[in-house]
Amino acid sequence: MKTHPDSHGHFGPYGGRYAAETLMPALLELDQAWRSAMADPAFTAAFHEQLRQYVGRPSPLYRAQRLTERAGGAAIYLKREDLNHTGAHKINNTVGQALLAQRMGKKRLMAETGAGQHGVATATAAAWLGMQCQVFMGETDMARQAPNVRRMELLGARVVPVRSGTRTLKDAMSEALRAWVACVDDTFYVIGSVAGPHPYPVMVRDFQRVIGDETRRQILEQTQRLPDAVVACVGGGSNAAGIFYAFLDDADVRLVGVEAAGLGEETGRHSASIRRGRPGILHGSKSYVLQDEHGQILNAHSISAGLDYPGVGPEHAAWADAGRVEYVSVTDAEALAAFHELTRLEGIVPALESAHAVAEAVRRAGTLDRDGIVVVNLSGRGDKDMETVTGTATT
Amino acid sequence: MNRLTRAFETMASQGRKGLVGYLTAGDPNMAESERRMRDALDSGVDILEIGVPFSDPTADGPVIQAAALRALNMGATLSKTLDLIARLRQDCAQPIVLFGYANPFFRYGYDALARDAAQAGADGLLIVDIPFEERGEIAAALTKRNLANIPLVAPTSAPERVATILETASGFVYAITVKGVTGRRDDSLPDQAEQIRAIRACSALPVAAGFGIGQGTQAAQAAQTADAVVVGSALIEAAQAGRLADKVRELRTALDSLSSRRT
Repeated sequence: MKTHPDSHGHFGPYGGRYAAETLMPALLELDQAWRSAMADPAFTAAFHEQLRQYVGRPSPLYRAQRLTERAGGAAIYLKREDLNHTGAHKINNTVGQALLAQRMGKKRLMAETGAGQHGVATATAAAWLGMQCQVFMGETDMARQAPNVRRMELLGARVVPVRSGTRTLKDAMSEALRAWVACVDDTFYVIGSVAGPHPYPVMVRDFQRVIGDETRRQILEQTQRLPDAVVACVGGGSNAAGIFYAFLDDADVRLVGVEAAGLGEETGRHSASIRRGRPGILHGSKSYVLQDEHGQILNAHSISAGLDYPGVGPEHAAWADAGRVEYVSVTDAEALAAFHELTRLEGIVPALESAHAVAEAVRRAGTLDRDGIVVVNLSGRGDKDMETVTGTATT
Repeated sequence: MNRLTRAFETMASQGRKGLVGYLTAGDPNMAESERRMRDALDSGVDILEIGVPFSDPTADGPVIQAAALRALNMGATLSKTLDLIARLRQDCAQPIVLFGYANPFFRYGYDALARDAAQAGADGLLIVDIPFEERGEIAAALTKRNLANIPLVAPTSAPERVATILETASGFVYAITVKGVTGRRDDSLPDQAEQIRAIRACSALPVAAGFGIGQGTQAAQAAQTADAVVVGSALIEAAQAGRLADKVRELRTALDSLSSRRT
């Protein structure tokens, strides 16, 4: 069941373009430029060439032997997006959008960032193509992901601290939208997830689908069969959309999205937008949103800055309603345990975001037979999380 | 006839320019916000634009963001905003429009919102983040209750797009004067003659210019081509400083001097 939005970006009742009128012409221009680029073999060839040469793709699909033994069931394979240039899947999308910006003649990039991975990936693409770059980041996130702030600045980007709201990803995106209105003529807004107004959700998914396309090919090469389950963490949902997309038509492959349960879903301090949210309109599209009964957006919580967001991409909402993807959740504590487990057992330090998916993969593998296969999207590496992890360890 | 249409016709016949005053509902609390709104109407505001506070106001600058936050912290909601309108309507004759973001309206339900807003005595709705491509559902609900579906036209909207937007619009046209968020600016406004010409070329609706207008001189400049001006952040700042009536009178005087010069 591949999903395709209508011409206004609707995935069933979700998606669309809920943006200020000042931005609408830019969104329509972007939609046109993106469709023309994707139909141009020269553009897609250049994109894939850069994914090879600059990003370092294809990323390996690695059989995690000791983690598999610990789980005591199905074999666990890690899709090593952490080995990409800049250390996460985010670079796939920023290379795509930066090439598109260049094709459109834009000279400046701007982005919002939570964990800083998308900000670093945008700053990297800007340096690579000789463009200016401005990144909006909540103050709370700047503190807990300090290494990424320094990286962005080294790359020549200006990091703009956002002090509104909870000073996290939601507020960074609101502030980026405000800033974009004022510089929309010459600035390309690089959204980092499958969220925002059309065409971003479908465009970002298309730039990220390389993850799933490679994974499907690799698992068939390595095991001659498709996996029983593919597991990925879901904040806005770009790494999950990227790996799920290739498997949507494989009815026997269970697709599992892992939301951040934070301190526990029942505490209200979580980021489980699909499991606990209701349909709403936030940051340009209609999807599941954490909100109160009056339509005010609630503050999300997660130990991982990249999942700390009260919304989710509209295509995920459609997959959830259709029952094609199962959405589960993993708490801060479970993610931390998985972080340590993967680090000690495999010598791979995962991002806290990806650790949520690892926790669910281990849980699920344990319920399957030894001939089963679980693939987990290891969407990023955890160097950026040292302070959070060591801080938590000492409290 | 809708109060908005009547108000603009009256102003036109008197050669007056309109003052649309924006205040956030529930800022700093519901009772004080009601007093401020009455104060504004008594001091010369022709049309009251009531902001429905939203947690993530992506088109608003710092002043209106802070107003929304104060209101929400004191428990403001869309329902309470509608109650406020009903109280004002008991003795205020001026048109009242709701200004807000999609999600509180969507959560309330478009049909229920149109029904309750009409019953409270509102005259129209302005929604910042529902462009005409997504307006079908809410526009139908508004039309059914004879509420104006007020469009926003931006400096970036091309003439063909303006024409399409205005096909289904009613009440008046809100012409955004600057590329940016709400909030007053100290510099002079960009020339919007061309933008307003494009609007007039395809619609007979009156035009109100807004965003960035805070001083009398700016109001007078914008009103040279527009039928009315919208002032928000400057009113909120004045209200915070206890000078709301003075601010409204300053704007009123600037607009009236312009009107009398022209007649």
